[in-house]
Amino acid sequence: MNNFNPAPCAPVQPTRRALLAAGALMATLPLAACSPGGSVSFNGTDITGADYGRDFQLRDPDGKLRTLADFRGKVVLVFFGFTQCPDVCPTALARAANVRTLLGTDADRLQVLFITVDPERDTPAILKAYTAAFDPTFLALYGDPARLAATAKEFRVIYQKVPTGASYTMDHTSVTYAYDPQGRLRLKLLHDASAVDYTADVRRLLNAA
Amino acid sequence: MHIRSSFTRSLAAAAFMALASASLHAQAQANVSVKDAWVRATVPQQKASGAFMQLQATRDSKLVSVSSPLTPNVEVHEMAMQGDVMRMRQVTTLDLPAGKLVELKPGGYHLMLLNLKAQMKEGDAVPFTLVFEGKDGKRETVEIKAPVRALGATAKPAHAGH
Repeated sequence: MNNFNPAPCAPVQPTRRALLAAGALMATLPLAACSPGGSVSFNGTDITGADYGRDFQLRDPDGKLRTLADFRGKVVLVFFGFTQCPDVCPTALARAANVRTLLGTDADRLQVLFITVDPERDTPAILKAYTAAFDPTFLALYGDPARLAATAKEFRVIYQKVPTGASYTMDHTSVTYAYDPQGRLRLKLLHDASAVDYTADVRRLLNAA
Repeated sequence: MHIRSSFTRSLAAAAFMALASASLHAQAQANVSVKDAWVRATVPQQKASGAFMQLQATRDSKLVSVSSPLTPNVEVHEMAMQGDVMRMRQVTTLDLPAGKLVELKPGGYHLMLLNLKAQMKEGDAVPFTLVFEGKDGKRETVEIKAPVRALGATAKPAHAGH
């Protein structure tokens, strides 16, 4: 649940409880009401001004070199994972697809990026089919081992090959980073947050733009 | 004890299957129930996926082997979050304390299907042979068919009553 919320006040997104307690009006109350100094409170951790996660240079499945600037004007969610991950990666991407649905008419103002930590097995063809299975607008990115290592370091993401009986799996950092439409890193979202929490934060970043 | 399926283990499983079905008739009630099993779909060329289910044993037991004709390697893995980092480990046996519902679900245990021979498509059914062992060393074999659900599936099947 939302037990990592750093905000000292109640979350302002239309939680079920808020809707039940005060009717749909709650959903439209101004954010500033509970944020001293007029700053916006988020479900995720506000890391505005962070000196990491500034940019990347990675290929998309069509071989095109991509950087953060390609997605200016949209909120960008970045998640590191691998396709043979049976648990957190599909959960994170399914949640991101839900976020897109919840955004309704703003869906096209969101870009979801999936950076593979397993380029050895995650070929461009697999990556393309994999992200498309969740949402056709999601984009997978990959780099050679050196580029991946540099990117992970820049994003403070760790990943490690772990042998199992018949193959190997990957341990990896499973946070989602959120960028505002100006391309600034703003939030770190944890794996146990809900699609509703994510959507509320994405909306705040869009509305502040 | 390795969960990993092997040829000898399959033979053993086949032998125990015969024994187990005989003893099942004698007991008229299975020790272990397997419910709500499902397999996560894959995309073409993807060689691994996860399977999820609920296990419950009436007597203290453990899952000692899982096999499927669609993959040469089935392992039991446990996912755990350490801070922000997702860690995955193979476990060699899965204990089923008497009466306790042991859930294999996202965020915990799952069956890891490796070196898959074909794409897992939504709507297909994947056969599994699960072998359980009681404290007395008696084995029981359960055959199931797990439906393949969408790659983005997160919850239990709709009929699970959640």
